[in-house]
Amino acid sequence: MENQDSLELYQKRIPIITRSVKGKFRRFKTAVLLLGFAVFFLLPWIPWHRAHGIPQAVAFDVGQRKFYIFNLIVYPQDVFWLAFLLFIAAVFLFFITTLLGRAFCGYFCFQTLWTDAFMFVERWMQGERPVRMKLQKQAWNGEKLVKVGGTYVIWFLISFWTGMTFVLYYGYAPDLLHRFFIGDAASAAYITVFGLTFSTLIAAGFMREQICAYVCPYGRFQSVMYEPETLAVTYEYRRGEGKNGRIGMKGELKQREKRQEQGYGDCIDCGICVQVCPVGIDIREGLQYRCISCGLCIDGCNEVMKSVGFPQGLIRYDSELNAESAAPKAPHLHWKRLKVLGYFAALVIMTTGLVMDIVNEKDFEYSVEQIRQPLYVTMSNGDIRDRYEIRLTNQADESVRFHISAEGLPPGALNLGLMQDALVHSGHSIIVDVGVELKPDQIKQYKSFEFVIQSLTNDKDRVEVPMNFFSESSGI
Amino acid sequence: MSMQKQQEPQTTGHVWDGDLQEYNNPLPNWWLIGFYLTVIFAIGYWFLYPAWPIAGTYTKGFATITYTNDKGVTKTVHWNSRALLMEETNAAVAKQKPYYDKIGSMTPEQIARDPDMNSFVISAGKSLFSNNCAACHQQGGVGKMGFAPNLTDDDWLYGGHFDQIQQTITLGRHGYMPPFKGVLNDQQMTELADYVLSFTKVPVNPESAKAGDALFHSETAACYYCHGANAKGRTVIGSANLTDNIWLWANVPAAKTVADKEDAIKHVITNGLHKGVMPTWGGRLSPDQIKLLTVYVHDLGGGQ
Repeated sequence: MENQDSLELYQKRIPIITRSVKGKFRRFKTAVLLLGFAVFFLLPWIPWHRAHGIPQAVAFDVGQRKFYIFNLIVYPQDVFWLAFLLFIAAVFLFFITTLLGRAFCGYFCFQTLWTDAFMFVERWMQGERPVRMKLQKQAWNGEKLVKVGGTYVIWFLISFWTGMTFVLYYGYAPDLLHRFFIGDAASAAYITVFGLTFSTLIAAGFMREQICAYVCPYGRFQSVMYEPETLAVTYEYRRGEGKNGRIGMKGELKQREKRQEQGYGDCIDCGICVQVCPVGIDIREGLQYRCISCGLCIDGCNEVMKSVGFPQGLIRYDSELNAESAAPKAPHLHWKRLKVLGYFAALVIMTTGLVMDIVNEKDFEYSVEQIRQPLYVTMSNGDIRDRYEIRLTNQADESVRFHISAEGLPPGALNLGLMQDALVHSGHSIIVDVGVELKPDQIKQYKSFEFVIQSLTNDKDRVEVPMNFFSESSGI
Repeated sequence: MSMQKQQEPQTTGHVWDGDLQEYNNPLPNWWLIGFYLTVIFAIGYWFLYPAWPIAGTYTKGFATITYTNDKGVTKTVHWNSRALLMEETNAAVAKQKPYYDKIGSMTPEQIARDPDMNSFVISAGKSLFSNNCAACHQQGGVGKMGFAPNLTDDDWLYGGHFDQIQQTITLGRHGYMPPFKGVLNDQQMTELADYVLSFTKVPVNPESAKAGDALFHSETAACYYCHGANAKGRTVIGSANLTDNIWLWANVPAAKTVADKEDAIKHVITNGLHKGVMPTWGGRLSPDQIKLLTVYVHDLGGGQ
């Protein structure tokens, strides 16, 4: 079509072949990876005793519309908890970002975890970076087929088990797994496993840092939240470059004093920081949008500095404010800022609110609505009657009897019809229609009142629902 | 982008009139691939589902659907949305079946006292009522003045007990009142209207009301035959209770002045009533549906 040499709109992706590294940030990253994988992969297999429902610690029963999370049962009516949780997660992300930059990206994001795991597999199957680079250039032969093919097979298995595990949360794991393999599971299970297997394989095996750079919105908007006080992966430019730039270790330049005399920096240009980087950037060019703040270059550089006997911390977590000051001090958290404290306060308030709401949750859900067709009716003796529809959902594990009464009404005004104390079975909902009848001269006095719904099993389960009485004189 | 600017613009190579050329702006590949995929999808769709009209018929497609029609015959036909609707309706009916089975073996009162069954009645009754009853009794059973009684108040022409409501729905009702045109003169009718209005404390002429009282119980007008000596009506024949605040045929509540209220009542006395007809539902709805509606209507009016 066109001249491909001169008209390439996008640069082709340069494959990133990372070198493994040792150090404290690598250890932390590995620990998070192991913990994260352990929780994700093992949680569906923890049994949990329940009177009704799936005997599994965490299970999302979509059919019954009940989410079991240990001893907590979440009903669709509680969906605002999820909204609350998302708010908290968002504020937590902002809070961490303003303090530590993209720490979430570097250590906790599932894209990072799975990519990291796939890189372990890659190194285990194919060897360290130079070996892998040689392998990549080499023509296809038996050895390459086994090593690369084997890597893909293991990647595929991990991806499949990732999708499978995700699905296992939506049923009783042993039963669901069995049914999955005999072809008896719901079609949604097969579609989800298929979709997640391939998206995991593609995202963690092949797209990797491109997800962070081009797909993920969080990475991009977190970058905007960096401030001069934020701890970011920083290359101390002045120390590394000196007056005349960085230079390798040759001859007398192996001594730090000589380097400084000749105006060279501490960076020996070994390139380790670039080789270990999972997103393929050179941190010495300064902070970049691709940096996921994982700290592997810090580990790499520190190891090299230690081996050549230079002070560590040429690359480190530091704030722009400190690193660029005339005399940089030891890096520290800049938490005494209005923004940080504000986020923290918001976090504490919201978390407390959510926890309080979950702890104080009633064992039943209710709604009371006035019947609006008709809004009110005149009785044969001239009284006015309003009717109300009460819905009760019993979320307790056993059947509960509910007593409905009203406060703030004259005696005899509440008409429950034939439905006195209503028995509601576990997980069931009932509807009760009740009437309130007032004499025309009482309407002014009893404009508002309260319905009282009381569980006869548990004294604590009681609600008072404020209601209004409508009539022609209410101006409706 | 800057590289593109330096390039000569691409043209299709066609030249008209010596210098008229056409720019070549090829569509992006992702767009083209997406377009071809929709074409492939469409071809697959033609083979599976009804698609092309041909003369008086159409291509039926290879996909099939199995459903059971209302006569209980299971059929497999080419895929169509009507059969899908039948299948989904059957599934919904099957879901209601356990409740209807219970309704068959319970009395209306037992149903009304059972929280689960009563909840089913409130939900299922709403659609059953809307489909069958609301045409006359209006949505929510509020009724219509001069046409169909309000079912949400506590006045029941034919009685508000379960068995009475069930009978009304099953057999239907036909309300009748003879016209008194020519039998009574205008003054007598005014007296009767005043008597009726005096029950609800309408400020009428007491003399006239007293005369109406006498006339009501006399053999001349003989109102008490049907409406009873106390004018409270008789549920056996569905004659109206004239002493309460509920009006169906004479729109007394809407009339502003006493004279208008009198006229509204006199109109009914003059012309009688021959339109209080409720159709028979016995053959149209199943006994279980009627029982369900009985409980529903009973609940609407707070019951008796």
